Amino acid sequence: MPRKMTIAEKILAAHADLEQVSPGELIQVDVDMALGNDITAPIAIKIVKETGIDTIFDKAKIALVADHFTPNKDIKSAEQVKVLREFAQQYGIIHYYEGGDVGVEHCLLPEKGIVLPGDVVIGADSHTCTYGALGAFATGVGSTDLAATMITGKTWFKVPESIKFVYKGELGPWVTGKDLILYTIGDIGVDGALYKAMEFTGPVIERLAMAERFTMSNMAIEAGGKAGLINPDSITLDYVKGRAQRDFKVYRSDDGAEYAKVVEYDCSKIEPQVAFPHLPENTRGISEVGNVKIDQVVIGSCTNGRIEDLRLAAQILKGRKVKKGVRLIVLPATPQIYSDALDEGLIRVFLDAGAVVGPPTCGPCLGGHMGILASGERAVATTNRNFVGRMGHPDSEVYLANPAVAAASAVLGRIASPKDL
Amino acid sequence: MKFKGKAWKFGENVDTDAIIPARYLNTSDPQELARHCMEDADKEFSKKVQPGDIIVAGKNFGCGSSREHAPISIKAAGVSCVIAPSFARIFYRNAFNMGLPIFECEEAANEIREGDELEVDADSGKIVNLTTGKSYQAHPIPPFMQELIRDGGLIAHILKERKNITSSQMTCDPTGCKVKR
Repeated sequence: MPRKMTIAEKILAAHADLEQVSPGELIQVDVDMALGNDITAPIAIKIVKETGIDTIFDKAKIALVADHFTPNKDIKSAEQVKVLREFAQQYGIIHYYEGGDVGVEHCLLPEKGIVLPGDVVIGADSHTCTYGALGAFATGVGSTDLAATMITGKTWFKVPESIKFVYKGELGPWVTGKDLILYTIGDIGVDGALYKAMEFTGPVIERLAMAERFTMSNMAIEAGGKAGLINPDSITLDYVKGRAQRDFKVYRSDDGAEYAKVVEYDCSKIEPQVAFPHLPENTRGISEVGNVKIDQVVIGSCTNGRIEDLRLAAQILKGRKVKKGVRLIVLPATPQIYSDALDEGLIRVFLDAGAVVGPPTCGPCLGGHMGILASGERAVATTNRNFVGRMGHPDSEVYLANPAVAAASAVLGRIASPKDL
Repeated sequence: MKFKGKAWKFGENVDTDAIIPARYLNTSDPQELARHCMEDADKEFSKKVQPGDIIVAGKNFGCGSSREHAPISIKAAGVSCVIAPSFARIFYRNAFNMGLPIFECEEAANEIREGDELEVDADSGKIVNLTTGKSYQAHPIPPFMQELIRDGGLIAHILKERKNITSSQMTCDPTGCKVKR
């Protein structure tokens, strides 16, 4: 009888042209999509050029997204994007995005149907694991790995063990996918899934909307995970339908597949979470936060910059004002999301509340630009990392939360629950 | 290959923003990145570190971003290798691809103190603390990754397979490899 496999193992086996694979095996796999951005792709492009090989494996299977320091924040950043643009032109890269076409990569590629269920995706960006929400095996790599894949169309993996997370119960008010993943990271730690694939399952996940599934898979890397997968279901296929630009195959974990560990959570007991500086594992329930005054709130990023996130924030902000002295920055993650937010009147709500609405960009999430913190300043952000200096000065602080908590905090000028309004 | 140098100690979960803050990622010039190496963990590190010195850190070293600028900055700062109980997986991959040797050894990482003189045998993974006289054995490096190191990194490995050329025709630095034609 063939080995029972997890979704991660099935996708890897299929792409390695093998009947089955087991954890620990080193395999070479075909890559369906290879991604680079304006920080990581210039190094990969330099490597490709210096090899003297003047062909790339497939112009339709490379995505270059200039989203980190764009709109170009300085001359050096502009030069980096220029490297991407010229390379894309030279090789006819189909999925090249900048200017008015660009969005935050991990929101943009699923939205456009460029990454699909069953794919193997590598990206020179750690949050590439986001696409696990579609049931793809997607993982972050460095620029050299990206260069190697751009040349060969392949990459090597050590087949990871999987950890199964089972989410049961009912979600309380204002509890989102962001809170589930923060709670999980708080429980297992920032290396709790090191080298392993995380698989998010259970009745709560089965009811969760795609936006929140993306948020959960996005932060698998914050627990050290190699991937964060969700078995595709009708919610996945409804999302993909009308977006997919090519054929794809759906894989699901077998009953009886082997896991390194199975972890169960009763979600009824989970309240909105806040990750305190300076690690995503430093989580507390919103009721245990205390009085933490803030200077800035950022709503956006590959974690929580989707239309559903903006709707949640607008629901809180409608008819309210941002506290004087607090800066609220809202960054819709893609042009489509921006456009939808405009049509739905959300942008009006944000502007009336006193927010700054910026263009789609990673910007402040990584301390790039468009909302940098001074020393001693504190921000609540819907982003994914709160490391020392992540959003600016090494003496500034970032607190991670969901969009509803972020919006309520902007109104009250302290970290707050929507219930406090 | 043997490395000899002084130990610089860092804590657990040293992230890539501490190794090289994103505010410097608008360049990939190794020397410029080296000037800011470990800046948000130890402001003076790049001035104090001497060629050959060794970083000894706690678990999950290099967590966070996929930025290859992190191993590039460490290597360009003159650090010969890194010892830790475990490494974040993208950093682990990047380090081998860039030719920065890293060693997983919990006991050594816990017991070595800042300023100890160390000697590391890259082939066997044997770590000797010359200050205390104690020796340690790091986890063996998988054969495939040893092959990568022997070929001079991932790109050199691919070129060798593709063009059937030997690694001696290739020169590699922290940003890539050049084939001599």
